[in-house]
Amino acid sequence: MMFRRTLLASAALGLGLAFGGAAAAAGMDKVKACFVYVGPIGDGGWTFQHDQGRLDAMAEFGDKLETMYQESVPEGADAERVLTQMALSGCNIVFTTSFGYMDPTNTVAAKFPNVKFEHATGYKRDHANVSTYDARFYEGRAVIGHIAGKMTKSNKIGYIGSFPIPEVIQGINSYFLHARKVNPDVELSVVWAYTWFDPAKEADAAKALIEQGVDVIAAHTDSTAPLAEAQKAGNVVGFGQASDMAAYKPSPRVASIIDNWGPYYIKRIGALLDGTYEQTASWAGMPEGEVVIGEITEAVPADVKAEAEAMIAAITDGSYHPFTGPIKKQDGSDWLKEGEVADDGTLAGMMFYVEGIKGDIPK
Amino acid sequence: MDLSAINPAVLFASLIVAATPILLAGLGELVVEKAGVLNLGVEGMMIVGAICGFAVAVGTGSPALGFIGGAVGGAALSLIFGLLTQYLLANQVATGLALTLFGLGFSALIGQGYVGIKPPMTERLSFGPLSDIPGLGTILLRHDLMVYVALIAVVAIWYVLNRTRLGLILRAVGENHDAAHALGYKVVRIRLLAILFGGAMAGLGGAYLSLIRVPMWTVGMTSGAGWIALALVVFAAWRPGRLLLGAWLFGGITALQLNLQVAGARVPVEYLQMSPYVITILVLVIMSAKGGRALGAPAALGRSFHATH
Amino acid sequence: MIRLEKRPTPSRFWVAATPLIAVVLTMIAGGIMFAILGKNPFDAIRIIFWDPLFDPNMSAYSRPQLLVKAAPLILIAIGLSLGFRAGIWNIGAEGQYIIGAICGAAVGLAFYPAAGWYIFPLMVIAGALGGFLWAMIPAMLRTFFNTSEILVSLLLVYVAQALLAAMALGRLRNPEGGGFPGSRNLAQYPAASNPELFAGTGIHWGVVAAFIAVIAAYVMLQRHILGFNIKLTGQAPRAARFSGVSPVALVLICMGTSGALAGLAGMFEVAGPSGKISIDFASGYGFTAIIVAFLGRLNPIGILLAGLLMALTYIGGELAQFMLGLPKASIQAFQGMLLFFLLALDLLSNYRPRLVKREGA
Repeated sequence: MMFRRTLLASAALGLGLAFGGAAAAAGMDKVKACFVYVGPIGDGGWTFQHDQGRLDAMAEFGDKLETMYQESVPEGADAERVLTQMALSGCNIVFTTSFGYMDPTNTVAAKFPNVKFEHATGYKRDHANVSTYDARFYEGRAVIGHIAGKMTKSNKIGYIGSFPIPEVIQGINSYFLHARKVNPDVELSVVWAYTWFDPAKEADAAKALIEQGVDVIAAHTDSTAPLAEAQKAGNVVGFGQASDMAAYKPSPRVASIIDNWGPYYIKRIGALLDGTYEQTASWAGMPEGEVVIGEITEAVPADVKAEAEAMIAAITDGSYHPFTGPIKKQDGSDWLKEGEVADDGTLAGMMFYVEGIKGDIPK
Repeated sequence: MDLSAINPAVLFASLIVAATPILLAGLGELVVEKAGVLNLGVEGMMIVGAICGFAVAVGTGSPALGFIGGAVGGAALSLIFGLLTQYLLANQVATGLALTLFGLGFSALIGQGYVGIKPPMTERLSFGPLSDIPGLGTILLRHDLMVYVALIAVVAIWYVLNRTRLGLILRAVGENHDAAHALGYKVVRIRLLAILFGGAMAGLGGAYLSLIRVPMWTVGMTSGAGWIALALVVFAAWRPGRLLLGAWLFGGITALQLNLQVAGARVPVEYLQMSPYVITILVLVIMSAKGGRALGAPAALGRSFHATH
Repeated sequence: MIRLEKRPTPSRFWVAATPLIAVVLTMIAGGIMFAILGKNPFDAIRIIFWDPLFDPNMSAYSRPQLLVKAAPLILIAIGLSLGFRAGIWNIGAEGQYIIGAICGAAVGLAFYPAAGWYIFPLMVIAGALGGFLWAMIPAMLRTFFNTSEILVSLLLVYVAQALLAAMALGRLRNPEGGGFPGSRNLAQYPAASNPELFAGTGIHWGVVAAFIAVIAAYVMLQRHILGFNIKLTGQAPRAARFSGVSPVALVLICMGTSGALAGLAGMFEVAGPSGKISIDFASGYGFTAIIVAFLGRLNPIGILLAGLLMALTYIGGELAQFMLGLPKASIQAFQGMLLFFLLALDLLSNYRPRLVKREGA
């Protein structure tokens, strides 16, 4: 379906060129790019990283790019109004950086066919001017899972989940698979915080994990609170999430998964400038530089670090996929055969744990 | 599910820490309400305290100065409330809500340069071998200084309210401001001081969040703790001792449900989360059914005072 | 020193003049703040107050949007103002708004995907009823146990918020939503949607309801015995009781009306502009409406204007954020200042400041 839409869109594009008309096809001298953020830039995590991407794009294009943004836009009625105002004020391309903007993005896109809309982490592309983009964060989870499996002494590792949605389940599975691979005794505890961002609650979640013997913590929430909790505990390590969280180097923060949106924003704005822009559904990861593992510190033994770096290299050059069979589902049924690689469709809707994880995904 | 993995002593110890910010802010609001003033701006004062404390601690390298900074920040914001409601006779409910709105924005403005920074660490006190006593040592004797400050404040506020002349005057003002005025007490001045005290305590609670509990600064980091503190005062029926229990209950529910999750129990998170509020309402109903005065609600709560003579 | 003398009746001049003075003072104080932030204060003030109304590119869109943004605030504030006049303090409108939205959405989703003209009206009834019943809890507790309605209604906001999260994650979650929290989009389910009444304006039934509420409240307070009783109870509770006003009935009527209106506002919002039940559906309208009620001096026309002014600062504030790159925080602080000035100057309409010689006051 998606593929078909893309084809149609390109056909329309070609037609526009043939009649020597539509501005969108011909490339542009100057682009005005607008960003809708779900949190404040000062969240130090998700929104902060999107804004870094915006700054990267500005550094890349200089005078040819003007950007505008709006912070803390609620994901309901207000989003639709903000998007409309941006389109009215002359934005050529609008990036909407949270899942909850999916419906407003498509609604407003219908009214402004000449403005490009790019929605992060969603799946609806109801109109030719709507693209979606996301990052394969589970690639990063594989690397830190490997480190976690090697670093744990108690053989108990933890994961602070935000909401039980496919993106988070992918992360949990990838993290656990790679920990188990290097440490067959490892057990995973998952705790659901039901928030993307609530520092006090994240601290509580980390504390609950630590108190029950967990000594390596990964978080799918955005604050540094779990790292601070690890530091207080002393012998616990963790990972930076979304941003590098360098303040906690070299330990407890022994590595980090960085959301690096800059390359994507540069690519899309560049395409708009030179006239090669097309509708896409982008799901990029380490190869494209969208998912980056921050410095692995000296707290990690040299051999583990070397293995982790080898994995990064393999994922980056495409020779290794974190979900490569044989993998069984939690109930013991077969999911992937020996050597089989998970397809994107299954991953995008992943709502099951892999074999070995205890507990159920909350309904 | 393996509930034996939960060590009750450790859980109780973390519950005490989790409760400290709302305990501090709740104690402040309790005094304010005892003086007959309803300040709904606790959330705003807490977050201003959080950033002021954080900024001072980062600037000076001293967490102690940071806490003072947090208290001053919270008190400064409460001064706006005090001036508006006490001298300009503005409606307390509306002013309190506006204070929260302003505080959330203002704190984010001050905090622009402080994102991603780590504040100086606050050391935990050590009571030597006492801290290693199983159970009691774990629960009570391994905390940072502020936890003890908050606990001492519970006792101190109880003492002042119930055993001193100052407390008597404060309560008189809160029960019947016209009578207190007729007796020659400076109602407006006493209330203003109570409001400032409430602001300082809320600021301390905020600073505890940004300097110890979380420790970081992010926009909106109080995430509703100020509102919980408000509910807490009601739960406590305006009694400091019960406020402490309430803070442990309100703060503990989150810690408990997360611990149960880690232990593998299936928890109805939202229903657990609303339970303290439902309990509070039930407590209120039972107390008011027993007769109004047992409730402890100051009679003049929320009413403006204007001396007509 | 300055002494305040209570005016026998509020000064008409000051009632009209104080909002204007407050806006001007806010422009000055806010302008200073914007200048400190390194932005041109004149641009910022112009964008906030002028552009949404008169900018050639924007105004055609943002003028009707002012009504859309203001509608729930006005609807809720009208209901609250009745109780506030009679000394009945419902500060839990946020909770009633949430419950109204949940009930309205639940009824609509129960019919999904059926079509039928009756679905939307049923949702309207469910929304109003939900808010009404939620408000009845503090009303009944006050009536039978003398429990403070201020505290109970506020506490019920937290309960409603937890319930909202439970619904968004559980019962009302969109089964086709990829596991994300949040319900189906009602705006995309024609039989249950609160539609745009005039193409391109965004104006929906909630705006109509807000205007009806303003007119009804105005007429009632001017002409109806109930309005008289409400005013009398607020000004002289004892006299009201002697003249046969039942305090119990008044509590139930005022709380019930404000709950029903808040519930309606939530229902219109969830079926229209917002579209779905989600964890952060509640955006604080119930609390902002309290401020709007006071800014409007508890008067229906005043509330209409106050709601529009609040909406202007929201929409103008959004424009200023992305046109000038102002942080959202500065707009919040700006709104806070506006409220402070408005509340502070309110004094002048009810009191006359007098210079007097110092004495043992």
